[in-house]
Amino acid sequence: MLCDICHKNQASIHVTEIISGEVKELHICDVCAQNKGMIKNNKSFGLPDFLAGLTDFGITPKDTERLDDFDLRCPKCGLSFEDFKRVGRLGCGDCYDAFKDGLAPLLRKIHGSSQHAGNIPKKTKINNKIDETINNIGDLEEQLKTAIKNEEFEDAARLRDVIRGQKKKI
Amino acid sequence: MQLNDLLSQTSEWLKATGAESEIVMSSRVRFARNLKSLAFSHWADEKQKEEILGKTKQTLLKNSYLKNSLFLLMDELNDLDKQFLVERHLISRELAASGSCKAVDISEKEIFSIMINEEDHLRLQVIQSGLELKESLRLLDTLDSELQKDFEYARNPRWGYLTACPTNVGTGMRASVMIHLPALVMTKRIGKVLESVARINLAVRGLYGEGTEASGNFFQISNQITLGHSEQELVDNIDRVIKQVVEYERRARELLLKNSRYQLEDKIWRAYGILANARIISSLEAINLLSVIRLGANLSIVKKVDIRSINELFITTQPAHLQKIEGKDLNPQQRDLKRADLLRDKLK
Repeated sequence: MLCDICHKNQASIHVTEIISGEVKELHICDVCAQNKGMIKNNKSFGLPDFLAGLTDFGITPKDTERLDDFDLRCPKCGLSFEDFKRVGRLGCGDCYDAFKDGLAPLLRKIHGSSQHAGNIPKKTKINNKIDETINNIGDLEEQLKTAIKNEEFEDAARLRDVIRGQKKKI
Repeated sequence: MQLNDLLSQTSEWLKATGAESEIVMSSRVRFARNLKSLAFSHWADEKQKEEILGKTKQTLLKNSYLKNSLFLLMDELNDLDKQFLVERHLISRELAASGSCKAVDISEKEIFSIMINEEDHLRLQVIQSGLELKESLRLLDTLDSELQKDFEYARNPRWGYLTACPTNVGTGMRASVMIHLPALVMTKRIGKVLESVARINLAVRGLYGEGTEASGNFFQISNQITLGHSEQELVDNIDRVIKQVVEYERRARELLLKNSRYQLEDKIWRAYGILANARIISSLEAINLLSVIRLGANLSIVKKVDIRSINELFITTQPAHLQKIEGKDLNPQQRDLKRADLLRDKLK
């Protein structure tokens, strides 16, 4: 089978992923895989390149290009957004705040949401519930502004309802 | 407890005791967790990694769920032992790969396994027999709540539990089911079924997870998204879908019995004949034939051997298990001979 990219060499890497209803098959030769950064050091698969990984979630290079405008660095661990894009791993918990403008759209694409709806630790529930709710509302209001600015009205309506619900709790 | 003690016991998830265990091999739930204020493992320096290992080890060792557990430092294991743990689904290939300050804590019956300094500081896992996702989530949640009395995890209200890779953020939970679908493969309906599974945000992979091919008609189905839904919702969703897939597999089995009973019986007894008589057999051939006799045992066509014994053979015929049983390193040719010996012995 010939490589799907150069159509010259024999494909030696076969990738099949079924994600969100789409079956994607890609057959690539060693040379193209290396050029695309899928193979490091000509030997083994390194950590999947973050951007290559994102294509599995339907994110195109165009979506991530605009992230290049963010010249960001985490104040806590010093990781740059560029480093994160290269390796696909964040440096520490604070990176999420430092890179939130870049991460929010990515997370929405990956998960269809950018708001946690799962467990909250019991300790937090007892001691900090109200503090956390207030912080949360602040965050949500910020997201609401962004959604309106980007004319994402469905998201905005949903956020407005969540904020109303949260305000009732305090 | 010592690592070699595992050799003489059967992992709980192989025992065929859970719900729908004739079709669903196992259910697994794992949480990705990180300690607050420390760099994630990939970027952490030696000192930080030691701190992560020290803090987590101390807490795990005193936890009542992990009494008599097996705590292993990866640096102290050879490649064979690491591969042995991968084959038993107790550690990931990423933990087995080189790197310092990595460890695993395995509970007595191999239901819980906690990896330290993998992609995240902690990867907490529960694995059980059959379709038991809800129970697995309950168990893991209890352990996680216990641990949170000692640790403060990295989390925030908007993103939930913060993980090294943003594909895990939120619940940090991956729930997966390993399911055996030979009749759907034989009747060529598997493609359609898996496509519809994938359409609802679930991922389908092979026997050993990400990047592995489906062999022996085993498929792993897991949640793709971790943010925006609660743990319970995500688990309920997979549970519902798996029940549907189990139903499709049952119908395909009925259809085979009704329309091509002789061909099916022939296929099953031929598989049995090879496994019970071969002198040389590769790992892949063994998996594929065991898959067929597993179906035969489920349909009461093969009665000489039970599901649990067949389940065990899927693992004990793997390369590292064969070498641990023999007590020495074996090259691939020697393994193929030993594998055939083991199968003949168990199926005679």
